[in-house]
Amino acid sequence: MPSAPVAEVAHRLAMRARWRPLEYAFWLAALASVFLLPGRHLILTEIAWLALFALSLDLILGYAGIISLGHAAFFGLGSYLAALMAKYGIISEPVLALLVSGLCAAILGFATSFLVLRGSDLTRLMVTLGVALIMREIANQIPEITGGADGLQGVTVAPILGLFQFDIFGHVAYAYCLTVLFVLFLLARRIVYSPFGLSLRAVKGNPLRASAISISVNARLVAIYTFAAFYAGIAGALLAQTTAFASLDVFSFERSADLLLVLIIGGTGYLYGGLIGAVIFKLMQDWIANLTPQYWQFWIGLVLVLIVIVGRGRIGAWTAAAQAVAEPVTRRFARGPMAAAYPSSAGKAGEGMPGEGH
Amino acid sequence: MLTILFDGIAYGMLLFVLACGLSVTLGLMNFVNLAHGAFAMAGGYITLILVNRAGVPFSAGLAIAFVVTALIGVVLERTLYVHVYGKSPLDQVLFTIGLVFMSVAAVDYVMGSQQVFIQIPSALEGRFEIFGIGIGRYRLLIIVICGLLTLALQMTLSNTRFGSRLRASVDDARVARGLGINVNAVFTLTFAVGSGLAGLGGALGAEILGLDPTFPLKYMVYFLIVVTVGGTSSITGPFAASLVIGIADVAGKYYVPKFGAFVIYTIMIIVLILRPQGLFARAPGR
Repeated sequence: MPSAPVAEVAHRLAMRARWRPLEYAFWLAALASVFLLPGRHLILTEIAWLALFALSLDLILGYAGIISLGHAAFFGLGSYLAALMAKYGIISEPVLALLVSGLCAAILGFATSFLVLRGSDLTRLMVTLGVALIMREIANQIPEITGGADGLQGVTVAPILGLFQFDIFGHVAYAYCLTVLFVLFLLARRIVYSPFGLSLRAVKGNPLRASAISISVNARLVAIYTFAAFYAGIAGALLAQTTAFASLDVFSFERSADLLLVLIIGGTGYLYGGLIGAVIFKLMQDWIANLTPQYWQFWIGLVLVLIVIVGRGRIGAWTAAAQAVAEPVTRRFARGPMAAAYPSSAGKAGEGMPGEGH
Repeated sequence: MLTILFDGIAYGMLLFVLACGLSVTLGLMNFVNLAHGAFAMAGGYITLILVNRAGVPFSAGLAIAFVVTALIGVVLERTLYVHVYGKSPLDQVLFTIGLVFMSVAAVDYVMGSQQVFIQIPSALEGRFEIFGIGIGRYRLLIIVICGLLTLALQMTLSNTRFGSRLRASVDDARVARGLGINVNAVFTLTFAVGSGLAGLGGALGAEILGLDPTFPLKYMVYFLIVVTVGGTSSITGPFAASLVIGIADVAGKYYVPKFGAFVIYTIMIIVLILRPQGLFARAPGR
């Protein structure tokens, strides 16, 4: 029989992890888009893998506080592996190939995570950037395997689970990407609300104090970095499988930089940031690219500069406002027998979720 | 062999002039300026317009490139950068990446995306031999100019009042403020000179490094490597790092072209593994 404080802590954690109405609404909307927006499935597919990629960055940036300018290294590795496996029929079944690509990216993430552990933010920036550049250079230097600067062509992706063949309208691709995104999101959500996820936040808040309460800081960082690399590898593999193509572009610096923008638009440190950011970023990119096909990068840059000048905190306040609107509704839904026993805890359940990380 | 060494030194000297401004701003304000290469590109294009289109002599073009880029540096520093100093490294990175993207697209719009070359005077073309070492005239000019600049910088830092103020500010900005040094003014001036030097380096280096709108992105890594390997507390550190990287890069591309670009990345990673804290570590008490 646990003591009362332990029970209350456990209860509060359970309250924090509870699904909120807005979350149901978000995923219902995503599901509805499969049936209601068949003409937009190509861009929606892009949004889905970008969202997964941004989710991966959020895990290390928003939860563990590691700044990375080279997250494309894992994305690119996953992308090339998936394309190669499909092209040479090593593992032709896409879901299995997806897992293998993700695991290989995780191995690279594990190997390079030790470089990220030490040093300041600046050193981390340099190391992550360096790793991505080295990966790009490797892909560039072995054209007989990767196709070099021309990219890897002639990839044919087998039907998913032997049943669903990819079509040119992207219907199957979108359903596939969305399913993968949802499954991995559930996993990430589980991890973030677990004691492990809480310890990560402690590490982000203050590594020294975290280690003083016997959290092994380095082991946590290695674990989450490896895990995020796995996600990034899967996102890359999704790109390769849905486009049946892989090129050096997957490793580029711009990809890592754009990813930061995606995450910053949506907000860091609450899992939906990457997802919402991906939707806004892709729609914005699509819109700007229609206006000025060649120079859309200028406007992306302007958005970045404005975000920093205005302040990320104020942009995060939007999501906080949305959360505040949803909060009374949540509380009503959440009022169970336990909530009656601990009336104070229900009100605090959602606190610290949207605003953290700003 | 010696020719490669010579080319490597010229390349390294050029890198130093391009990157020393970055190293000082990083050391002084702990500010990550990824947009440093944009100033170099600005200098290159200014010289290009002056020399190729307006017919200004090459030497005058270089001088004007220095002055104009320094002015651009001051204006941007006072209007935009000043808002970002107090923010987190993540904000600084986002901000300067944004500036890089904007500069790349803007130059692309105005000047076109193709690679361009500045017309250098015919007296500087070609190469001659001394004791069997092939020496390119233009590279010799680069070494002479950059060598003189390095000497001048070192003299300024060690022998002038401004130099001692700057060193004091880098060592400990708070105490320097307490002693009545206007650290912000020191920083603005340093930022201007650093940007100007980058502009000069961009103009000089257009012949060797090439000049196109993606210049800031392509060479950002090189500048950062120089700064990471060399440290930010003095200018001798980045100078030595520039020479090592210049020589290693040229030699690597010549002897093992297959692994050319790996050489410098590997140097960087190894240095970062061996001295992760030392590179950006601040002096005690800061």
